[in-house]
Amino acid sequence: MTALTHAAQLFADEPAQSVQSVDWLAISPPTVAAVAGLAVLVAELFLPERGKRLLGPASAAALLLSALPLLFLRTRQLETFCLPGEAGACSYSADTLALVLQFLVLGAAFVTALISMPAVRDLELPPGEYWFLLLSATAGAVLVPASRDLVTLVIALEVASLPAFALVGLRRGSRRSAEAALKFFLSSVTATAVTLLGASFLYAVTGTLHFRGISEGLTRADPQLATLGTAGIVLTLVGFAFKAAVVPFHFWVPDTYVGAPVPVAAFLSVVGKTAGLSGLLLLLVQAFSSRAEIWGPALAVLAAVTMTAGNVAALRQRADRPHSAVRLLAWSSVGQAGYLLVPLAAAAPDAGAHPQQALSSAGATVAYLLMYAAVNLGAFAVVAHISRTSRANRLEDYRGLYAAQPLAALALGFFLLCLAGLPPGVIGLFAKVAIFSTAVQNGLGWLAVIMAANVVIALYYYLQWTALAFRKGETEVTTVSAAGSGGSGQLARPRIATPLSVTIALTAAVGIVLSVDPDLVLTFAAEGLR
Amino acid sequence: MISVSNTVMQALLAAVLVIPLAGAAAALLPAPPGLKGRDPGQAVLRHGVTVTGVVLAAAVVLAVGFDTDRPGVMQAESNVSWIPSLGIRIHLGVDGVSLPLVVLTALLTFLCALYSYGANNSASGGSSSQAAEAATAEGPTEPTGSSTGPASTGGSPQAFVALILLLEAGTLATFATLDLILFFLAFEMVLIPMYFLIARWGGAGSGPAAWKFILYTLLGSVVMLLGLLLIGFKSGTFDMVALATDKHAGLTHTTQVLAVLAIGIGLAVKTPMWPLHSWLPDAHTAAPTVGSVLLAGVLLKMGTYGFVRILLPVAPEGMRTFAPYLGAFAVVGIVYGSLVCLSLARRGAKGDLKRLIAYSSVGHMGFVLLGIATLTPTGVNGALFANIAHGLITGLLFFLVGALKERTGTTDLDTLSGDTGGALYGSAPRFGGLLAFGAVASLGLPGLAGFWGEMLALLGAYDPAAGLSRAAFVTYMALGALGTLLTAGYLLVVVRRVCMGDPQDAPDDHDSRERLELGHEATPEAGRKGSTVTARLPDVHSYEYAAWTPLVLLTVAAGLWPALLLGLTDPAVQNLLPGVSR
Repeated sequence: MTALTHAAQLFADEPAQSVQSVDWLAISPPTVAAVAGLAVLVAELFLPERGKRLLGPASAAALLLSALPLLFLRTRQLETFCLPGEAGACSYSADTLALVLQFLVLGAAFVTALISMPAVRDLELPPGEYWFLLLSATAGAVLVPASRDLVTLVIALEVASLPAFALVGLRRGSRRSAEAALKFFLSSVTATAVTLLGASFLYAVTGTLHFRGISEGLTRADPQLATLGTAGIVLTLVGFAFKAAVVPFHFWVPDTYVGAPVPVAAFLSVVGKTAGLSGLLLLLVQAFSSRAEIWGPALAVLAAVTMTAGNVAALRQRADRPHSAVRLLAWSSVGQAGYLLVPLAAAAPDAGAHPQQALSSAGATVAYLLMYAAVNLGAFAVVAHISRTSRANRLEDYRGLYAAQPLAALALGFFLLCLAGLPPGVIGLFAKVAIFSTAVQNGLGWLAVIMAANVVIALYYYLQWTALAFRKGETEVTTVSAAGSGGSGQLARPRIATPLSVTIALTAAVGIVLSVDPDLVLTFAAEGLR
Repeated sequence: MISVSNTVMQALLAAVLVIPLAGAAAALLPAPPGLKGRDPGQAVLRHGVTVTGVVLAAAVVLAVGFDTDRPGVMQAESNVSWIPSLGIRIHLGVDGVSLPLVVLTALLTFLCALYSYGANNSASGGSSSQAAEAATAEGPTEPTGSSTGPASTGGSPQAFVALILLLEAGTLATFATLDLILFFLAFEMVLIPMYFLIARWGGAGSGPAAWKFILYTLLGSVVMLLGLLLIGFKSGTFDMVALATDKHAGLTHTTQVLAVLAIGIGLAVKTPMWPLHSWLPDAHTAAPTVGSVLLAGVLLKMGTYGFVRILLPVAPEGMRTFAPYLGAFAVVGIVYGSLVCLSLARRGAKGDLKRLIAYSSVGHMGFVLLGIATLTPTGVNGALFANIAHGLITGLLFFLVGALKERTGTTDLDTLSGDTGGALYGSAPRFGGLLAFGAVASLGLPGLAGFWGEMLALLGAYDPAAGLSRAAFVTYMALGALGTLLTAGYLLVVVRRVCMGDPQDAPDDHDSRERLELGHEATPEAGRKGSTVTARLPDVHSYEYAAWTPLVLLTVAAGLWPALLLGLTDPAVQNLLPGVSR
């Protein structure tokens, strides 16, 4: 009798519950970006040549539009795509963590769009494809921090990566570009395959794909499956480590950055890294929180190795080699990825018992990412400007920038000092302090010491670059008249393109505001994330 | 005793920190109409003089308003939350320890700005027709001659003034802040300006020297940051006052030892303590005059100030553990610095006068460290006194050597002294007199500022704090006393070689003669035919009088009336030292 009523009740409830509810407001940020991407692609077919110029500004506007819902979502903590009947088994969550990272991705994509406008014209990239790919990759990266199950996460990451391969290889007739794209593609696909294998192991062990279920399932799993569970964790993390360019999965970074158009390199270094790291963060703090003893120490070691490898390689960049500027930024971004892992490793001791504590530790990563995104994009904007005149883009080409364009040089100096963490880049310093503090507080003193050594190494090359920009140019004529008239003797530097100067001003303003009030981002390292 | 309300004092202290920052930003903007001056360089250097003058005035008013009856208490205190998530507050205040340093910084920066302004003025026009000719030949706005003002070589005067002001803001903030992390921020803030000052306005080899300076300091200060964080997290606060007054259970012996080691290394690099000093001679040798003055006069003090302000009260047990080693390093520094100076002062050693004074700084800062290492009020008071005295005297000496370099184009002792001696007494008697005064003050003649600090430091070492090995410290005292003898030795050798001698007797030097053409009012008494590089030197200019007289007066004043300074520091030191008054 009871069984019968139960069945009847199930039957009666089915139409209401078996279909997952969709909260369109919650999923609007990635949706708007994706729809805009498609619209751009279609519109390009029908637009005349002159109209195609508007695609760039339209894409930038679409990115702003997709960031708009974040304002309304801020206070709501929405969840959607929930399994009927099971509490907390939702695939998409718009909690603070997700919203902050989505804001970061959309902001960074907007800035990338600004940097891209002159490049699309200069390099004669196909505009429709370019903006479509950029918007699609952004849509994927926006989805990553909000996904709460393994499949959504992997799909989101693939949506973010696949267009990126194409973006890297988009430059027509460039062998380096094609090679970079292939290298990026092959290693990325391998990583994805490994991740999927890991995900399937985890599914086998726990019987669920939702993060919360995995975390519980791993503790209750059959002891015989323990090895399989561990293997699943390790393999899943490998794929995300690849996206975040963690050593030893970092070899694609320098070649890909150099081969790609500068704006795409900027995009990869910020949006790509954010996607990878936010996936890593979600997996570690939510899905694998019950097995922190496996990944905690390993991650600490990886962080140390990553920052050291990245910084030492960046240090060895010779100023007169072609593409040394982008190469240096590429290696330094590997080093920065190492810093970003430190709070995640520091979150390990709290991950199981005190999830809020662990999230606060991981919040230092989010705070650092926000700082890094602003100043790294700013630096890339200056690099994009230089690359318009000197294709080789050597560090040497920055010599005398201050004499030619004082504001650009001051901005570059500020960005680099923020990355280095030295006043006047106050926010860079405090973001590092936040990371140091997570390490010191969680008994990772040795990691803090290694990071300190790395900070000094990084200071060396950042400062060298800064100093170069302020040094007198060799070709520069020192007479005042030439400087006044922008005369013939002067090294020919064109005015900065408007989108680039807007970018530099915007990112510099963000850096300065954050330097005056670092609490805006550092609040995430305290209680700001829920 | 003038009583000033606390609000005014707070505003003054904040103004002392904010005005240089605002001034630095303003220096980069084009001059407003009406203040354009003769040329942009002159206008911006005048701007520098104005801003530093205002800061000095504010600092002096602050000192006048300071309640000298309770110098052990923080005054002009303001405490605002800045970064709540890291627990960092903007906590400012001055007491008897920091007030003299604030005034010294404001004074030295003002004098540097004044000196640059004067040097630029006399070089680029006005008083001397020869100089004006030389300047116009090179273009009206950028006189790049080797003997012109310090602000005109290397880079634009705008950047020069902005950097000096940034440097001032950072140094003042270091002395005025009472939050550990803010202290670190201010401590780091001076690096970039100083780097550019050395690298762009410095002499030969300035690039590598500037790198060495910044790398040493950075290596030290990153370690220091870890130590500061350790203290902050174990005790739960970054506030220096709270840390000094309350007992924190979290600061166990091990924590304190680690913290003192980490923070101590950072501060010791800056001080600099032997064997971490090797950046200093290079930086000083390459730096422009103004950079050297500020480096020796105020930047080095940040290191010793950190010892007194942070380590003594916050980690007393850790300090007790390391005090004997600190003392030993300090004494080695004293003896080593003096010996290097002696060897540099020898005839034929190709000794550089700037380098020599830099090494003498290592010795003098050794006394400061020795005083701190005794952990007694006597020793720490002596250290603070020696700090100020060194700032005044070495500041003056670097000014003099810089001016000598501008006149003769060299700081090489052998070139300067020729066969019989530089004969400054004969060719430029006032200049020579000032140099002799600076040297004598530096060697610690009683009655001048240099005496009291070193005497008190040695006295403190004779009777160190309970728990420290007396035998070791008495040995340090003996070695330190030997150091004073050696100091006297090399400084007198320098005076004899540079100031005395026969101006008629030395071989001719064409190179230096050409440089002399740029000088003005050549003294008619000096020999016309063959002469040393120091013959026919112009004597002290009026702007040089303006820049140097305050230092001379204060050196004499502090020497004759040490209570002026000790009355301020002593109560504060009693508060900072553990187990004395608490």
